[in-house]
Amino acid sequence: MLKHESIETNAGLLIVLTLVAIGIGGLVEIVPLFYLDGTIEDVKTAEGKDAVRPYSPLEIRGRDLYVKEGCYTCHSQMIRPFRDEALRYGHYSLAAESQYDHPFQWGSMRRGPDLARVGGKYTDGWHTKHLYDPRSVVPTSIMPSYPWLLENTLDYSDIKERMIALKKVGVPYSLTKVEYDLNVEKFGKKVADTLDINNADANLLAQAQAENTDGDAARVTEMEALVAYLQVLGTMIDFKAHDEHEFIQFR
Amino acid sequence: MAEKDPITGVETTGHVWDETLQEFNNPLPRWWLWAFYGSVVFAIVYWTIYPSWPIGKSYLKGVMNDITYKTDAGEEITTHWNTRALLQHEMQNGEMALAQKAELKKIEGMSYDAIAKSADTQAFVQSFGKGIFGDYCAGCHQTGGIGVIGAYPNLSDDAWLWGGTTTDIENTIRNGHLGFMPSFKGTLSDVQIDETAHYVLSLSGEKSDAGLAANGEKIFQGQTGGCYLCHTKEATGMKEQGAANLTDQIWTMVDVKGLTSEKEKLDAVKSIIEKGVNRTMPAWNSRLDDTQIKVLTAYINSFGGGK
Repeated sequence: MLKHESIETNAGLLIVLTLVAIGIGGLVEIVPLFYLDGTIEDVKTAEGKDAVRPYSPLEIRGRDLYVKEGCYTCHSQMIRPFRDEALRYGHYSLAAESQYDHPFQWGSMRRGPDLARVGGKYTDGWHTKHLYDPRSVVPTSIMPSYPWLLENTLDYSDIKERMIALKKVGVPYSLTKVEYDLNVEKFGKKVADTLDINNADANLLAQAQAENTDGDAARVTEMEALVAYLQVLGTMIDFKAHDEHEFIQFR
Repeated sequence: MAEKDPITGVETTGHVWDETLQEFNNPLPRWWLWAFYGSVVFAIVYWTIYPSWPIGKSYLKGVMNDITYKTDAGEEITTHWNTRALLQHEMQNGEMALAQKAELKKIEGMSYDAIAKSADTQAFVQSFGKGIFGDYCAGCHQTGGIGVIGAYPNLSDDAWLWGGTTTDIENTIRNGHLGFMPSFKGTLSDVQIDETAHYVLSLSGEKSDAGLAANGEKIFQGQTGGCYLCHTKEATGMKEQGAANLTDQIWTMVDVKGLTSEKEKLDAVKSIIEKGVNRTMPAWNSRLDDTQIKVLTAYINSFGGGK
């Protein structure tokens, strides 16, 4: 019989049993989310493809920079289903929208505004100006300046490895013809092409040149990657094309 | 166990340190114990009413706590408690949400003239417009629409690149614009750029060299520069192209009025002729709905620069 005294006088046992007690609480809350129907909403485009896609190579690098520069310490990416949040930020975030995020960037600290739907809200030029010197466009801003984003050339030599790593945790980037065909089925050809690890470098370069935030087409800067990522946030689902009822059904 | 402290008669845990230091095993205070039992009961009630334990691929949905809302098609849906349904219910039934919706509905059917004349509607436009302008527009155009010289146009002055009527403003918000002026570096020689800049300064009454300005006029009004194609022969601008009026003493790309020396003013104008202009105003028709755009238009129009 395990006695009060024997637990209290045995630090090792106390630690193990404490972890077990906390573990039960955590597991009961987390594990069901992996198998419950409807945890992740199934959202399709008008063409019947998945609306939410994994990030393109340039967006992946932008996202890595977002994490590296610690943007998440002040910006959340989680719009909650409240009326005031809907008025300010737009439609509440869906689980589907962060299904390819590893790790997710939901956050809880809002020293700055939520960024879950910042995509398309400002121009590329505005983002560049703002990241370079926030006070130049928002005089009252308390955000730090990130001028080096415009100076640093983007290192994307390891973009393939990064995509392979994400693939290992379940993001459907394709290496083989079979995987590519599955992506064409799931996302359509245009998106499937950007998810092909074999063409990662060319895709990254093409997107950066099309965007060309810094005005120098030959050079890919960290700014271009980060802006590409910011501009895609929250834009994948066209909420006007859906009845709210569809999303409520998943809860 | 069950040893007793000889002095107080209180049961101890039997742990003794430093010969006499003992741990008393006092019973838990009664109030604490009842609060504990109470929280257990609360938890069970909570599990019953709200969605809770997972069962298979589903979960306990909760009872006596249903929420009703309408689909877009008008079908009434009753579902178990969840925050999404709660929001939808509030948007369809909440006092504030309905009041806001009613105001927006009213604006939908009003002309801009009528909006400006009705004090109540104008008050709503000021409060709702301030919110969406602050959220979507002020990042660039700044609070009150004062803009940033060289980047984002001032919306509170009399100069409108793309037209300042409510129809123009609405169209600008809806579809966005690409503000473009080509770079003339290379097309025009340094001397020609200098002459053109003198002419441009003379247009709005700034000090300039009359001789150089006369040469600049030929470049501006002729095929060499072709500036008149967008800025017009009178240099009063063309709203179809978003070309600026150069005669009105209002400067959007460089702060000529804010500069003191003639050389600085000249260099400022030259820098624009050399670099050109490349600005984007995003289109908002996919993010904002028609009524929001209408409120924004009325709000911007009220800055005083509207025509």
